[in-house]
Amino acid sequence: MSSENSVGVVAAQRVRFASPLLLKSGAELPGFELVFETYGTLNAEHSNAVLVCHALSGSHHIAGHYADDPENVGWWDNLVGPGKPLDTRKFFVVGVNNLGGCYGSTGPLSVNPATGRRYGADFPMVTVEDWVAAQARLADHLGIATWAAVVGGSLGGMQALAWSMQLPQRIRHALVIASAPKLSAQNIAFNEVARQAIVSDPDFHAGHYAENGVIPTRGLRLARMVGHITYLSDSQMGEKFGRQLRHGAHNFSYDVDFEVESYLRYQGDKFARFFDANTYLMMTKALDYFDPAYEYDGNLAAALARAQASFFVASFSTDWRFAPARSREIVFALLHNRLRVAYAEIECDAGHDSFLLDDPHYHSLLRAYLENITV
Amino acid sequence: MTEHERRVKAEQRERFDFAVIAGWIPSGERVLDLGCGDGRLLRYLSETRDVSGYGVEIDGDSVLGCIRNGVDVIQMDIECGLSGFEDRSFDHVIISQALQTMHATEGILNEMLRVADEAVVSFPNFAYRSNRAAIAAGRMPVSEDLPYDWFDTPNVRFFTIADFEDLCARLGIQIRERLAFDEAGRAVSDDPNLNGSLAFYRLGRVA
Repeated sequence: MSSENSVGVVAAQRVRFASPLLLKSGAELPGFELVFETYGTLNAEHSNAVLVCHALSGSHHIAGHYADDPENVGWWDNLVGPGKPLDTRKFFVVGVNNLGGCYGSTGPLSVNPATGRRYGADFPMVTVEDWVAAQARLADHLGIATWAAVVGGSLGGMQALAWSMQLPQRIRHALVIASAPKLSAQNIAFNEVARQAIVSDPDFHAGHYAENGVIPTRGLRLARMVGHITYLSDSQMGEKFGRQLRHGAHNFSYDVDFEVESYLRYQGDKFARFFDANTYLMMTKALDYFDPAYEYDGNLAAALARAQASFFVASFSTDWRFAPARSREIVFALLHNRLRVAYAEIECDAGHDSFLLDDPHYHSLLRAYLENITV
Repeated sequence: MTEHERRVKAEQRERFDFAVIAGWIPSGERVLDLGCGDGRLLRYLSETRDVSGYGVEIDGDSVLGCIRNGVDVIQMDIECGLSGFEDRSFDHVIISQALQTMHATEGILNEMLRVADEAVVSFPNFAYRSNRAAIAAGRMPVSEDLPYDWFDTPNVRFFTIADFEDLCARLGIQIRERLAFDEAGRAVSDDPNLNGSLAFYRLGRVA
């Protein structure tokens, strides 16, 4: 990616919300902090703001890099910047670390004001809807009455979808990419394996590992390995690793024989070094619980009756985690409600993670859609 | 003919087609355009008839064209039917010069009259006089409305006005109105299967 189209050096900001937040579970957070980043300039009419929602392991750091850490480039830097599809010369782009996250927003690693100790496992379960409510507070803080667009891939796309139903007057466009209106049993099953990997780690200590001075890295590592398999396509794994051997021969041992094993271990180790286990558990539960049709007898169209936004929905041909059919469920529920929607089914080899790549056709679609948004 | 002239002519021809179709679409309707290309018919209909419409298209570059044109498009393969689209959810469903490029002719016609009460279909008439002449001379026809060489045509079904009307009768589809035009764009009433290069139909279900 070209550095001249980068937003350059960025800095995270932090805001504290003092009033309590009632969560979907019935629990209440007495107050909370969110860390966020912004790129571009909010126009005089405040009509050019775009919220980018992160997925399972993402953060507020979407684009650019930090002055003291130039290697730490934002997770969607190929999309966001001057002249990029989400053009920061036109839009004021906001990235936020969701409530319960582990990149600085209030979450399991934060100190519980009631006890003076870290929340750990006591951090209340938060849902996609709770994230939207928290993001709305951030919008208020930034003076954004209505988002020009809310954009997200995967779990981020679920947040864009939730925005359209929860606060329909505050979102003009929803870009729902590689997402689904709810998880399938298979999706939940994979999440449960990941969770069991974490909670069965002897270092988990029922979620209070921090107080015990340890981290359940083995569990986190396994959880990430399982997750990672679902992010890639069979064909891409075949192309990337095939049956290539690490040491050129079958070693008849349980050490790494095949390259794909090495790759998964590397991904797992990397992730376990920085991600918080309680946050991972909670994020996967937020995924599992997301089902806007649940309160409407499973009727997604009824759930979307409140929506007013225009939609861009996209899926990827080799995404088996959230296959194109899942996106079509959203599209036809929108059609039922006579809402505006453009739906693209993109040929891309990289499975679920395609949404993070800069496939030229994919980015052309996003660029074209975003260019037509008036601000 | 220069490239510019060719393009101007094609655009004139296209506007003519659009105008014929628009003549059958009342203002403010909800329409579905199958095989919508880059969405220019829908754009024309929304500008001239204030319709709200969606296009359906399989080709990725055409979908991109739709999005550039601000046209709502759903990327899917019409050959597999229109499942997901609800019964009678549109006022009109249109297939403009695309039916001949698809294999599932019967299925598509039936699906069209499931999702809308009335369908508008246009297609090139293979039995047009100059096409017959080409065949008689031993050559596959290349004409204004069949502008492709045999080896690179997107068309997979070659049929005539007479063939199409037989199929409609067999499928219980009512022909509510037919218009046929010669290559110069003149309306044809005498023996349209011989004198019509392009045919337009308004179709419904037999009551």
